[in-house]
Amino acid sequence: MTAISTRDLAKTYKDVRAVDGVTIDLEPGRIYGLLGRNGAGKTTLMQLLTGQIFATKGAMTVFGENPVENAEILAQTCFIQESQKYPDTFRARDVLTVAASVYPNWDDSFAGRLVDDFRLPTKRLIKKLSRGQLSAIGIIIGLASRAPLTFFDEPYLGLDAVARQIFYDRLLSDFAEYPRTVVLSTHHIDEAANLLEHVVVLDEGRVLLDSDTEELRGHAIQISGRAADVDAFVANREVIAQERMGGLASATLIANEGDQDAAQRADLSVSPVSLQNLIVHLTTDAQRSTVTA
Amino acid sequence: MLDDSRPLFVQIAEQIENDILDGTYPEETAVPSTNELAAFLRINPATAGKGLNRLVDSGILYKRRGIGMFVATGATRQLKESRQTSFAAEYVAPLVHEAAKLGISTKDLIALITKEAQS
Repeated sequence: MTAISTRDLAKTYKDVRAVDGVTIDLEPGRIYGLLGRNGAGKTTLMQLLTGQIFATKGAMTVFGENPVENAEILAQTCFIQESQKYPDTFRARDVLTVAASVYPNWDDSFAGRLVDDFRLPTKRLIKKLSRGQLSAIGIIIGLASRAPLTFFDEPYLGLDAVARQIFYDRLLSDFAEYPRTVVLSTHHIDEAANLLEHVVVLDEGRVLLDSDTEELRGHAIQISGRAADVDAFVANREVIAQERMGGLASATLIANEGDQDAAQRADLSVSPVSLQNLIVHLTTDAQRSTVTA
Repeated sequence: MLDDSRPLFVQIAEQIENDILDGTYPEETAVPSTNELAAFLRINPATAGKGLNRLVDSGILYKRRGIGMFVATGATRQLKESRQTSFAAEYVAPLVHEAAKLGISTKDLIALITKEAQS
């Protein structure tokens, strides 16, 4: 049984197609990346899957059932939203107390360790907390809830690099002990890339890429050298970006078996393209129009 | 340590091979578990497991049920043999290519190698 299945799922707001015919299957027990630019439809898709908004058309299941108004399924789901609001009178510890009562798998001692890790002042009023401390609350709930399906929507606004690293480390070690399905939406792609087993990239509400992260590594290469050599090499190859500077040129292209060696033999220098750069190239408007043209 | 040029599981397998070759993991001793590798390298456990299984498939490591993965007897010899096979393509060819670009003759190149080996 899949953790998440959608078929031609769509959500339209007046004339905006926020999610536009998404068909994906996510297996249980994996860490997924849900990537894409702002406005690509990532948050809308997660809101659909957690029953917070209703689909315009299409079908979806979470653990084999329709999640909409399905208490049993929603109890297995934890959705950490980017800008979660809490009651004004709440302190951080009140939020954690509520979370403990809501999530069946909640681990209080794990939550306590995370509070220490992130140095969260639990007795301070929520409205007095910094942006980073608010993000830390979300992360603590997302991890300590140990929900079979956990969504983190851009969970670390305002968190510094050290705190983000703590998040990655705790997520990995707890995931190893308690495997579950995690969907992480983030713009920090390079940082998170090694954690993700599979990525789904959305662009303008549609699925642009749905692939194992390992298959994308080495998927594209960047070559550079004399413009004439580069031009000769990229003919008949799938180019996703190209730049020229005087007599020199560089090109990013989808690499086939043997391309790397062939480029080196042609006296071109070859460098790898990170997942982040690959996605940047694939979701840049100017580039997309030249590819499809 | 890990880069974007090739699949991570391939790089992990190679790293463990290097550690076997330099004696970090002698034959018949345990290598790190999937979860230890994942935590240490900060990578997805499935990826770490794939790297280890690649070495199981090639007979470098073997599984002891419920205990972990161990370096097989003869693994060092097997690794050396396969690395020697690819040595010419991976090291000698680029060296000769670069030497030609710089106008270093084959004779001078051999002299350079001899000198380096003796120092």
